[in-house]
Amino acid sequence: MNATIIQAVNDALHEEMGNDERTLVFGQDVAESGGVFRATEGLQDEFGEERVLDTPLSEIAIVGSAIGLATHGYRPIAEIQFSGFLPPAFDQLVTNASRIRWRTRGELTAPMVVRTPYGAGVRALEHHSESLEAVYGHVPGLKVAIPSTPHDAKGMLISAIRDPDPVLFMEPKHVYRSLREEIPEGTYTEPLGKAAVRQEGDDLTVISWGAMMHNTLEAVENLGVDADVIDLRSISPLDRETILESVKNTGRCVIVHEAAKTGGFGAELMATINDEALMYLKAPINRVTGFDVPVPLLSMEDYYIPHPPRIETAIEETLEY
Amino acid sequence: MVNRQRSTPAEPTDVSVDRLSQDELDVDTYRVVEPDGSYDPEATPDLDDESFRDLYRWMVLQRTFDDRATKLQRRGRLGTYPSGRGQEASIVGAGFALADQDWIFPYGRETAALLMHGLSMRDLLLYWRGVEDASRMEGANIFGLAISIGSHIPVVAGKAWGMKLADEGSVAFANLGDGATSTGAFHEGINFAGVLGAPAVLFCQNNQYAITLPFDGQTNADTVAQKALAYGIDGIRVDGNDVLAVYNAVAEARKRALEGNPVLVEAVTYRRGAHTTSDDPTRYRSEDEVEEWKERDPLERYQTFLEETGRWDAIDEEAIREEVDEEFSAAVDAADEFAERGVEEMFAYLYEEMPPELERQQAAFEQVLEERPEMYEYIEQRPKG
Ligand SMILES: Cc1ncc(C[n+]2csc(CCOP(=O)(O)OP(=O)(O)O)c2C)c(N)n1
Repeated sequence: MNATIIQAVNDALHEEMGNDERTLVFGQDVAESGGVFRATEGLQDEFGEERVLDTPLSEIAIVGSAIGLATHGYRPIAEIQFSGFLPPAFDQLVTNASRIRWRTRGELTAPMVVRTPYGAGVRALEHHSESLEAVYGHVPGLKVAIPSTPHDAKGMLISAIRDPDPVLFMEPKHVYRSLREEIPEGTYTEPLGKAAVRQEGDDLTVISWGAMMHNTLEAVENLGVDADVIDLRSISPLDRETILESVKNTGRCVIVHEAAKTGGFGAELMATINDEALMYLKAPINRVTGFDVPVPLLSMEDYYIPHPPRIETAIEETLEY
Repeated sequence: MVNRQRSTPAEPTDVSVDRLSQDELDVDTYRVVEPDGSYDPEATPDLDDESFRDLYRWMVLQRTFDDRATKLQRRGRLGTYPSGRGQEASIVGAGFALADQDWIFPYGRETAALLMHGLSMRDLLLYWRGVEDASRMEGANIFGLAISIGSHIPVVAGKAWGMKLADEGSVAFANLGDGATSTGAFHEGINFAGVLGAPAVLFCQNNQYAITLPFDGQTNADTVAQKALAYGIDGIRVDGNDVLAVYNAVAEARKRALEGNPVLVEAVTYRRGAHTTSDDPTRYRSEDEVEEWKERDPLERYQTFLEETGRWDAIDEEAIREEVDEEFSAAVDAADEFAERGVEEMFAYLYEEMPPELERQQAAFEQVLEERPEMYEYIEQRPKG
């Protein structure tokens, strides 16, 4: 079928709820109306009020109860309406979800998914636009997945639901509806922890994820450079092999992300390359990122986002070094 | 050895365990003007005729602002906007009961309360256009809008605590919806305020919905007001479509708060419009229900009261409508004239002194903008401002 990311997410939820009776979908406004972005549309009609439900405005309890359900043999899929409202529940992710397997020496586990739209560019209000993937990726025991295409959104979400550990599934809402592609009908999976190579080339490696993947591809096309373009797809676990193999081949690397620069995930990637492939580098690694400021309100929001000209500048600098 | 083998426990014998339940709680809804317009003269607030007229004018203004802001949003000249349609009496009655030195912590629908507290209409429009500068709330004791629901309640407790320490004779006044009462922040904040005896008034407009979720899905409690009791503070439940009742209730809550007893006020009302301009309420509620509440229109009820008490004749409704319309048009013009901002705006005010790395990021970005004018093709100009 031909699908947008949001339709792919919806399709994945339909598939997996049909495949596994232990799955439950819940969160604010997800049931009756199908969610503010319609990601959960039709689920309640198909699977009933017991498995698809609207919850109170309680992020802590949404995430915390998912942990309880998961330890009780269910497969909760919780929605946090916007990632900017996840911070109150950060405590539950850190204190309970991420370490329950470790704490109980494998006696209890929390196979759960927290889905949340993230990122800037949709003209929303304050707290609706942040990209805090690096913060979540820093929590040991928590997997953080970010698809950038409809195909991956469906396959990776099914993998996340089946994953034996807690997964934070961050959906790039800026491109929820702006891209379409053919995706397979029925159930299929895309692995978590595995990057995708979107394009192959020998001149440099460009790494990105989420909505910025598309700005990156556009910049590479505009320049017509022969680049390896890597879609990271997973912040945690990190696919070091794909990155290192590519950088060892090209010797040049540009990293593009929308989150603020300092302590952003790009820093971890640079450190990884430094650790394992420093001697292969022909140029310093370059980063194109958001600025170290809160995402501006809507009138200035687009100035914040790393658009292709900034990416092109960085690529040119790296190639010319 | 003790036998630890478990079995299903037998039915407990009746040992008369006392159970506390909300069924024993009688939570009245305070009202001055009945839906049919009849009223309790004893409870009528002691206001002069001009104030009675002003209450009406502010409600008209709230409705006008909501209508016209929603239209501006449709034309792409405003960002997402949350209308207060149906809640005019709650918004205006509460705002009118506050003193200038009080601090309002807004949620988003309380246009009239913010304007009567000193915010300019231009700045409020700029805020909804996503212009940071408007968050200054210049000239008004108004905190930033709590877009993250409930996030402001603990801050309100602290602000009120500060007011108490400084012996200021003012209150911190929080606006919130029924949804906010489910957040952890609400419970921690209200408990704190109670323990500290801080002059805080928590004003919950129970408009029956949190986006699509009706109140009975939000909580198993019958009312919001009763939530006060668990924290040892007072609760008041008031008819939120009765502007005089809300005024009295908030004035009373304010007095109690100043005496060191924070109060949770629940104004029972209805959000007749969409949640925001990005919401379609027909997906989750019936026309009948909306119609039912339309019949309890706060402006009409108050107009009936004014007529009954002989105050309506002195009010020129046409003139009020024209006046607020003109005020709105002038504010839009003023917002349109607001100077276009430079990129430095994004980097300003994060710290008192800008760290070198931030300076570097700003300079680098300014250079890119200069060297690559095609950048502007990607930078859409958002609603004008
Ligand atoms: C912490 C948090 N979670 C979710 C949201 C998304 N959201 C915005 S408004 C809203 C409903 C708020 O309902 P209520 O508090 O009753 O106020 P109302 O909008 O009805 O006036 C939700 C869920 C948010 N802004 N903040």
